[in-house]
Amino acid sequence: MELQAVLMAAGGGSRMTDLTYNTPKAMLPVGNKPLMWYPLNLLERVGFEEVIVITTKEVQKMMSTDPKMKLDVKMKLDVVCIQEDGDMGTADALRHIQQKIKTDILVVSCDLITDVALHEVVDLFRAHNATLAMLMSKAHEFTETVPGQKGKKKTGEQRDFVGVDQSGKRLLFMANEADLEDGLSIRKSIMRKHPRMHIKTGLVDAHLYCLKKAVVDFLADNKSISSIRGELLPYLVRKQFSKTINSQKVKDDTEDQNQIKNDGSTNHELLISSRDEPLLKLAQERSCWNDHRGDMSEAYHGGKLRCYVHIMDEGLCYRVNTLAAYIEANRLAPKLFEEPAVHPSAVISERCQMGSDSIIGALCQVADKTSIKRSTIGNSTTVKEKVKVTNSIIMHGVTIEEGCNIQGSVICSNAVIGRGADLKYCLVGNGQRIEQEAERTNEVIVGTDQLMEI
Amino acid sequence: MADSGETGGPVKKDGIQQAKTEGKELTKEEKQRLRKEKKQQKKSKEKKDEKASQESEKEKKPVSSASPASQPPTQPITPKAPSAVPTLVPVPASETPAPADKPAKSKAEMKAERRARQEAERASKQGKKGEVGQQAAPGKPKAPPSELQPVVKRLPEHVQVDNPEVLKKLAKKLERQQIPLRSDYGYKVSLFSHLHQYSRKAPLTQQLSIPSTVIHPAIVRLGLQYSQGIVAGSNARSVALLHAFKQVIRDYTTPPNEELSRDLVNKLKPYISFLNQCRPLSASMGNAIKYIKKEISNIPSQCKEEEAKSKLLNCIDRYIDEKINLAAKAIAKSSIEKISDGDVILVYGCSSLVNHILCEAFEKNRKFRVIVVDSRPRLEGREALRRLVQRGISCTYVLISAVSYILPEVSKVFLGAHALLANGYVMSRVGTSQIALVAKAFNVPVLVCCETYKFCERVQTDSFVSNELDDPDDLIVTRKGKTQLEHWQEVPSLGLLNLVYDVTPPDFVDLVITDLGMIPCTSVPVVLRVKNVDQ
Repeated sequence: MELQAVLMAAGGGSRMTDLTYNTPKAMLPVGNKPLMWYPLNLLERVGFEEVIVITTKEVQKMMSTDPKMKLDVKMKLDVVCIQEDGDMGTADALRHIQQKIKTDILVVSCDLITDVALHEVVDLFRAHNATLAMLMSKAHEFTETVPGQKGKKKTGEQRDFVGVDQSGKRLLFMANEADLEDGLSIRKSIMRKHPRMHIKTGLVDAHLYCLKKAVVDFLADNKSISSIRGELLPYLVRKQFSKTINSQKVKDDTEDQNQIKNDGSTNHELLISSRDEPLLKLAQERSCWNDHRGDMSEAYHGGKLRCYVHIMDEGLCYRVNTLAAYIEANRLAPKLFEEPAVHPSAVISERCQMGSDSIIGALCQVADKTSIKRSTIGNSTTVKEKVKVTNSIIMHGVTIEEGCNIQGSVICSNAVIGRGADLKYCLVGNGQRIEQEAERTNEVIVGTDQLMEI
Repeated sequence: MADSGETGGPVKKDGIQQAKTEGKELTKEEKQRLRKEKKQQKKSKEKKDEKASQESEKEKKPVSSASPASQPPTQPITPKAPSAVPTLVPVPASETPAPADKPAKSKAEMKAERRARQEAERASKQGKKGEVGQQAAPGKPKAPPSELQPVVKRLPEHVQVDNPEVLKKLAKKLERQQIPLRSDYGYKVSLFSHLHQYSRKAPLTQQLSIPSTVIHPAIVRLGLQYSQGIVAGSNARSVALLHAFKQVIRDYTTPPNEELSRDLVNKLKPYISFLNQCRPLSASMGNAIKYIKKEISNIPSQCKEEEAKSKLLNCIDRYIDEKINLAAKAIAKSSIEKISDGDVILVYGCSSLVNHILCEAFEKNRKFRVIVVDSRPRLEGREALRRLVQRGISCTYVLISAVSYILPEVSKVFLGAHALLANGYVMSRVGTSQIALVAKAFNVPVLVCCETYKFCERVQTDSFVSNELDDPDDLIVTRKGKTQLEHWQEVPSLGLLNLVYDVTPPDFVDLVITDLGMIPCTSVPVVLRVKNVDQ
């Protein structure tokens, strides 16, 4: 067996609490399919037959009842439940399933919607015998107005600095703005080996990683690492150029000493070796290939730990972890698949004006004289007469009474919109009732129990 | 081979029927086994019917044009050919039309076949007598038998790309082995349109499922490394291949009711097709594969699996040790005698063996300097330059266009070889024959270093008939942000040709240094004959 797929579906959606209050992030409907269906579909299309799904009990319950998951997902899903409230990071989750892991793994996050050719990432992992191969994409600006957002979009989202080499494939440097208090410093050892480095900031990390089995074993020994993205990845990227693996020379770089102090806490070595190591070395020695030129060192500078990244230029790649991303994904995800816009079981009266880019879910009832444009209507929703729905996302089980006008809004499951209501850029929480003739603009309407405690 | 298949058949069937009755779903392996059994049963049926008509069909060919439904001429028809069974194995696809033919044969046709068969047997007896008398004259071909039964030699598939029938057969074979077919890319220069030309940007893994189940992951990795050029060079490719085979053997378990010696060979066949699709196999790889297959089939059937596997792993280690490591040592020892102080040695490209020799000579304190000649688009000379300079050898670097300017300074030329052909020609990186030619013109001795495991029985006199076409996009260069050839495909009269190998005639080569000693180029067939007798 070559690769085992692991789907991380236990995340809480901390950046879109209004949406995830009642529905866990993994089961949020995007284009009328649960969010975790998209990465599962990607894995299935590529040829995986088994996936280990790490999730919470709630999600597992919802998964077993959801018709889409039961019918469309033909792979064998090995669901592992973890505690919902415990602060289990992604690396902790991997440690939890260490016994099940027999070979190299492909870790995917449940909120990834992409149409990447997965073989590009996996080929980097295979061809260069890499320890880590990941996927990144150029970030797209979100153009839709986000309900409930007051004022301009804040620029404060911490940026990620990613350094790649000249070919654009080898990952040399990775840090988050939060960790770089006094400027971005790059070790001399990296500059000596890769004098040309491209540093990019506008990249979205797709949270799709191919990791060697040795990394999982290393995690089992080092219990201090709890997040893959936050701690494990920067550690691996730094370790590529670590002195302990490569050369025996001792230098007096103060920065290097600081780094060694930081790395010293994780004291168990990451052992990358394979059987028949001498044969592999012989083949590499006899091969007339080098990944770089201009200096006297052999291929890969003799380093055994290598991290690679595939940066997508074109194509879809979204991580649905904010409200803006959720809205954008709803707009674009249906384009990935050739499915009929209107579910066959929906009842739509003839005098309804439906745009071609709208999606109607199963068992919907849409009455006369309604106009639905650029919207997604979930399953079992009732839309009464004279309703105008534009640019909105309506989840499952919603009732919209007559004469409503809904624009640019997100209405969560089981909400009831009273007669004649006029909602612009609002977010209506789960199970809420909007009274008749209400006029709301740019508001987040949630129950009092959902409000945060200060 | 087929006999055991028959006895194995009914036993296997019981196993699968058991599974069926137990209500379990047939797994992929069992389905494959079912398919295999059906084929074998068909084969055994055919064999019995065809054995009778096999010989008559062979006679039919020179007499009448071969009907497309009959067994294709897969075996050279020699008087001592034991016949029938092995020819049935490779082409099960054409079996189904064959039985349809038999009832159509009328009595008259069968009479004609019988007559032709008798004549052929009579003629072959005469031919044998004639052979004995004619052995004194070595040059005379075996005329009498060949008149009636012309030796039909099959051209290898990889040089018949412009023949749609061959392509169809190849596609069928790959489909059977569940390996995707790699499609050719770009306009091919007409002189080389009979060869494959692939693009590096369309790897074969695109069409494979990602956790590869059909092909062992070590082989997928190897195929990727070949097609991307990460493992390049004859020795490196063979060592990497054997390393991957070691992993395959380690992970292999004999299915029930199968024998390791036969099943493992069958398992390796699709892997070899896959590697061939990624990059055409080299002569050294071909010899290594032949050796492994022989070792596997020589495993006695009562040998336990663990023992057999460890034996095979040891064989592989021994092969690499003997044929590559020790051979390199022996060749280095011989060639050091040829390097004297004050020499100026010219090398071309990056040959692992030549680099090894030069490094060894430098360790033994010979004083010489090296001129490294390089050529586009591979620019392998830079890697050779790096390795030599790292050791402390003083080097000069030129491109092949400057070779006639630099040759007056040169005292010897050392060349590496990809393969040595049976007629003494040296097959090596494109540009080698050019260097040899210019060296000959300047009366500079040319020494070729080659291990014996790279000797192959092919015969070639030019570089057109069998070669390898690399990705044509490698020739495109971007200078100062401008790529002139970016849209070369849109120009209808423009073709980009990126050849990999060329052949050097033995007149230009003065000496071949092998692990068996220093031999002239024309003694290669002797070495081959000796090797065959040994094995």
